Amino acid sequence: MNIPDDTDDLSGLDPNEAMKLNSHYLRGTILESIADPVTGAMHSDDSKLIRYHGTYQQDDRDLREERRKQKLEPLYEFMLRVRAPGGVATPRQWLAMDELTRKYGSGTLRLTSRQTFQVHCISKEDLAPSIRAVNASLLDTIATSGDVNRNVVCSSSPLIPGQHAAVVYWAKTLSDHLLPKTNAYHELWLGADPVDPSTEHEPLYGRRYLPRKFKIAIAVPPINDVDVFKDDLGFVAIFADERLVGFNVSVGGGLSTTQGDATTFPRLADVIGFIAPEQAIAVAEQVIAVQRDLGNRASRSHARLKYTIDRIGIGAFKAELERRLGFQLTPTRSYRFDETSDRFGWTDAGDGLLHLCLYLRAGRVANTDESRLLDGMRAIATIHDGEFRLTSNQNLVIANVRSGNRAAIQALVDRYGLDGYARFRRFRLDALSCVALPTCPLAMAEAERYFPHLLEEVEGLLERHGLEDAPLLFRISGCPNSCSRSYLGEIGLVGRAIGRYDLRLGADSRGERLNVVHRENVGELELLDELDQLFRRYAGERHNGEGFGDFVCRSGIVPHGK
Amino acid sequence: MSTVADIRGLPSLNDADARLLEQLIEGLGRDALIGLSGYLADRARQASRTDDAPAPPAPPAATVLYGSQTGHAEHLAADLVARMRATGLSVRLHAADEYPRRELKDEQLLLVIISTQGDGDPPDNAREMLDFVNGRRAPRLESLRYAVLALGDSSYPQFCDVGRQVDGKLAALGGRRMLPLAEADMDFETIATPWAAQVLEQTRILLGRPASAVKAAEPAHAVHSAPEVTRSRPFAAELLVNQRITGRRSDRDVRHMELLTDGSGLSYQPGDSLGVWIEQADPLVEEILDRLELDGDAEVEFSGETMALYRWLKERRELTVLTRPFLAAHADRCRAAPLREALEPEHRDRLSQLLGTWQLADLLAHHPAEWKAADLIAALRPLAPRVYSISSSPLLSDGEEVHLTVALVDYRLEGAHRWGAGSRCLTDLGQGAHARVFLEPNQRFRLPVDGNRDTIMIGPGTGVAPFRAFVQHRAATGARGRNWLFFGNRHFRGEFLYQVEWQEALAKKQLHRLDLAFSRDGAERVYVQHRMQEQAAELYAWVEGGAYIYVCGDASRMAPDVQSALVSIGMQQGHLSAEGAAEWLQKLTREGRYVRDVY
Ligand code: SRM
Ligand SMILES: Cc1cc2nc3c(=O)[nH]c(=O)nc-3n(C[C@H](O)[C@H](O)[C@H](O)COP(=O)(O)OP(=O)(O)OC[C@H]3O[C@@H](n4cnc5c(N)ncnc54)[C@H](O)[C@@H]3O)c2cc1C
Ligand SMILES: Cc1cc2nc3c(=O)[nH]c(=O)nc-3n(C[C@H](O)[C@H](O)[C@H](O)COP(=O)(O)O)c2cc1C
Ligand code: SF4
Repeated sequence: MNIPDDTDDLSGLDPNEAMKLNSHYLRGTILESIADPVTGAMHSDDSKLIRYHGTYQQDDRDLREERRKQKLEPLYEFMLRVRAPGGVATPRQWLAMDELTRKYGSGTLRLTSRQTFQVHCISKEDLAPSIRAVNASLLDTIATSGDVNRNVVCSSSPLIPGQHAAVVYWAKTLSDHLLPKTNAYHELWLGADPVDPSTEHEPLYGRRYLPRKFKIAIAVPPINDVDVFKDDLGFVAIFADERLVGFNVSVGGGLSTTQGDATTFPRLADVIGFIAPEQAIAVAEQVIAVQRDLGNRASRSHARLKYTIDRIGIGAFKAELERRLGFQLTPTRSYRFDETSDRFGWTDAGDGLLHLCLYLRAGRVANTDESRLLDGMRAIATIHDGEFRLTSNQNLVIANVRSGNRAAIQALVDRYGLDGYARFRRFRLDALSCVALPTCPLAMAEAERYFPHLLEEVEGLLERHGLEDAPLLFRISGCPNSCSRSYLGEIGLVGRAIGRYDLRLGADSRGERLNVVHRENVGELELLDELDQLFRRYAGERHNGEGFGDFVCRSGIVPHGK
Repeated sequence: MSTVADIRGLPSLNDADARLLEQLIEGLGRDALIGLSGYLADRARQASRTDDAPAPPAPPAATVLYGSQTGHAEHLAADLVARMRATGLSVRLHAADEYPRRELKDEQLLLVIISTQGDGDPPDNAREMLDFVNGRRAPRLESLRYAVLALGDSSYPQFCDVGRQVDGKLAALGGRRMLPLAEADMDFETIATPWAAQVLEQTRILLGRPASAVKAAEPAHAVHSAPEVTRSRPFAAELLVNQRITGRRSDRDVRHMELLTDGSGLSYQPGDSLGVWIEQADPLVEEILDRLELDGDAEVEFSGETMALYRWLKERRELTVLTRPFLAAHADRCRAAPLREALEPEHRDRLSQLLGTWQLADLLAHHPAEWKAADLIAALRPLAPRVYSISSSPLLSDGEEVHLTVALVDYRLEGAHRWGAGSRCLTDLGQGAHARVFLEPNQRFRLPVDGNRDTIMIGPGTGVAPFRAFVQHRAATGARGRNWLFFGNRHFRGEFLYQVEWQEALAKKQLHRLDLAFSRDGAERVYVQHRMQEQAAELYAWVEGGAYIYVCGDASRMAPDVQSALVSIGMQQGHLSAEGAAEWLQKLTREGRYVRDVY
């Protein structure tokens, strides 16, 4: 394949381009970095290259200042992100993750907004054994980060039996197909025999990989649990009952912005047409290839596909895509999204099997003084013989439960306090929070740790106005990267500094309209005060069945969102 | 001593002088040479003070400092410097934390561009500078003209707070504003561009003035008239810093302590230790009075001095360290058979075990006995000062500071909280408190006179203290020999003492090799001697190339283990017999090239 951008001329480009080019297909000097006993960190380029292998260098930010005074380097540790297309894991794999975090990690598992496991706080010397442990369970960590296609997400609980298997198949097929081809991962972590890098070849990505990360989601209407339009590439599955007819294709989504840079913006994808299922791979490859060749490699904050499309126009993009594909997309099929929520509690799959969707606050599975969720999940994984599905809403479906096993699982759920789905109101069940402090190096404000308190406060306000049962998407992120899709919250809080957030309003509850800033950089008092007033108006003035996000737009509280 | 480098190779010594010097020292004995080296080092320091050393290159007329997180301030600073240089000014540019802070007091013209982060926090690369100017050691800045450009974002409540702080602080320290504080919002060019133009203009006016406007260098300090500090006449040194340097999850409490010895006349060299007079902690004195049912207010006379019993115990007697004579006297009083037994020659192990684990309070708890106050004071050992290796080079503070690295002895014995008297007394001191100190010179533990020689430093635990001084000193004197440090402790994460400083020293090629042994991190226990063995060939080559070997730290186990490692390296690499290797080490010892300071 001809890759026009795969040249050595890097003038004017972001330094990451040179790093990728000189990395010998993602090898860098990672092994030397690991062997350096003087620091718990990787050397600078390696600390970025390891992301392509699924691990991030972080440090305990709570200790940063203290350790600086102690003349100790930051407490470096690594976060490992697993690749689990569609969020599916077997009970055996769950047990492997459980053991991994107990042995090498923080002793907690984090289920992410892209349907996978993160294990935090792994030390440098434990990285290789940790990655080996993941692979031994037949999962891996390849390309869960870096300028490549990331973990492919898909709907976790379609209404109709059989639909899930179809979309998971495509999530997995796409994810596997789009993996980088370098042998580096196997050499560095799994002890494979070294291959001479000069003989290697990345047919799709080229030596410099993509300008930026690339994300794919597959949604099954009417539930948009994956928020399909926030990904670079989206597939809206069109079914005739259980049979997958094809996909509407959407391109150019992305949420993150850069603080203080008005040329960055969140963007929802454009739906550009319909394809047959078997065309999905070609379409994904060519969308990626266009982005590879036309994406901005000079400015990383403008390098996602959404900026490429914004620059050349959606028409030109589609034309270029179809030129490369050699066929045209057919007209978009009609579809409708009603909601983005998970379907909590027990559902009958209709095929003799049952699913139980659990609520896990911010996706965290931990043993704490209050509850022993990690132990509980281990106990369930030990007796469960179906599968687990991590959802894009950071929850967990215990799927394909035989009816004979239902009582036993329910007993464990109750015993270990995993029954939040039955105890909490819809508001809380739907709320999302990113990780933020203390592990996320980019966090400007608290999110996950602040979340429990904030939920209590906001629930209190809702109750005061008799709104406790109103569905309302509430999402908080510790910075404008919006990892918890805070730009798609009917109430979105975006961290600006410790204790301060932008309050954003006006998204809908279907993942089809972004929110906009309503109050900038406010502290908790001001925030709760403002919500109190908004809820009062909403309670008094809403139309029947009108969602909060729609209400604030109609009533002019915020200018009509996109 | 065939391996001594040629004196004529020394930098800044011309051939004629070198020849003269060679004739002079020819035939001098070892002690004389060591003494001379100390004398010369002192002379060197005098010389740099009285300025009859060759004039250092003229300092730049102005300094631009920046504190920047995301690069705005940094870019603005670089632009400013470029423009100033274009007009022919000599300017230097530093991230605030990389600026040699000692030079601040002599700075004439300082331009600061700094942003505000977090919720009013300084950027990461300016934190130490802020600590410094806000701290007790901030110098007076009478000759300083300055201007500050603060970057910020007015949507934050603490708008430009850090810039404001710096601006105010520099004024408070005596600096004079060349321009009023400029506060730039997110559209920082609007403010920054005119600010830079004004800076350029003002600078031109300022530096265009006749030279008399520039303050002459401070005259050399008058010779100190303070009485000489000795063990019996200690100096009350103010404590500047008492900073724990083990991580939160470490159960070892090691402190980095900085003492101000300004005006004491204390003149030390790397390798010296500091003696510290201590007091007992009150809870211990009270516990002992309680156990003996004695009255602390009772006046007690001993060898001509009279004071309250409480004071005798607190200020004059060892309470944490038992002695054999005291044990014997106590055994007589309480008639405890096990105690008597331990005192018999055939039970020496039991005695040393007892002396090593029991303090006076433990003894009294197990074997109560009656003591009269006067007898007790007569039987207990007088309190001795404690000694700590100095972990700073005098060159980094003009000899005005002494740094120590103190491990707090603190443990529980059968439920009772016990501690070491000296380490607790020191580590309990708050900033601004005073410690009574004196110098314990160690003429043998000295850096090679010849800066071209390599050094091998073996200092696990607090044994690393003097090597911090060594490495600082060798860097400050421009010594060209290589430095190799072996350090160990239990855990990498929390007990890598001075980790960040070693990393910096490595990066700056002030430290050339660092081998680490963290004994409790892996499945197997590794100690420094194992790392030495692993590097046997290289280590031997360094020694044969003239390197000096220094060992500091634990005397009971580490020092002998390191010694055996050296012997076995000698055997293996030098193809020597055991005796041959021992002789090899002895020769190194005689030459002053294998020296130890262990405790
Ligand atoms: C774990 C997770 C949030 C969660 O609470 O679940 C997460 C966590 C992090 N995200 Fe994210 N992102 C996560 C989903 C997202 C999403 C949502 C999505 O993709 O569905 C977004 C917004 C969509 C988008 O891409 O625009 C998102 C946009 C970002 C960005 C901004 C990307 C950009 O285009 O500018 C960054 C920063 C970057 O890449 O430079 C980022 C970076 C990060 C890092 C790795 C911080 C870093 O770069 O060092 C965070 C690690 C925190 C920690 O300690 O675990 N994360 N991140 C999600 C993991 C997904 C996964 O399994 O792969
Ligand atoms: C030349 C030299 C240099 C030195 N340099 C340093 C240095 O740089 N840094 C440093 O920290 N120290 C250094 N020391 C050691 C220092 O002088 C003190 O000996 C040390 O601080 C302990 O003194 P202390 O007064 O706290 O304890 P003491 O009160 O003298 O002793 C406490 C007593 O407690 C008992 N004990 C101690 N630990 C335990 C335990 N775990 N279990 C049971 N019983 C126990 C023992 O009986 C001991 O005698 C140096 C010593 C010398 C001679
Ligand atoms: C997380 C964060 C917190 C901030 N907090 C403040 C603040 O408290 N006060 C302020 O004036 N500016 C604040 N700012 C704005 C910065 O000072 C501003 O962006 C500046 O231009 C950055 O300059 P630098 O790149 O040199 O660090 C903050 C910026 C960020 C990203
Ligand atoms: S949104 Fe920001 S703070 Fe939260 S996890 Fe993502 S990068 Fe970190």
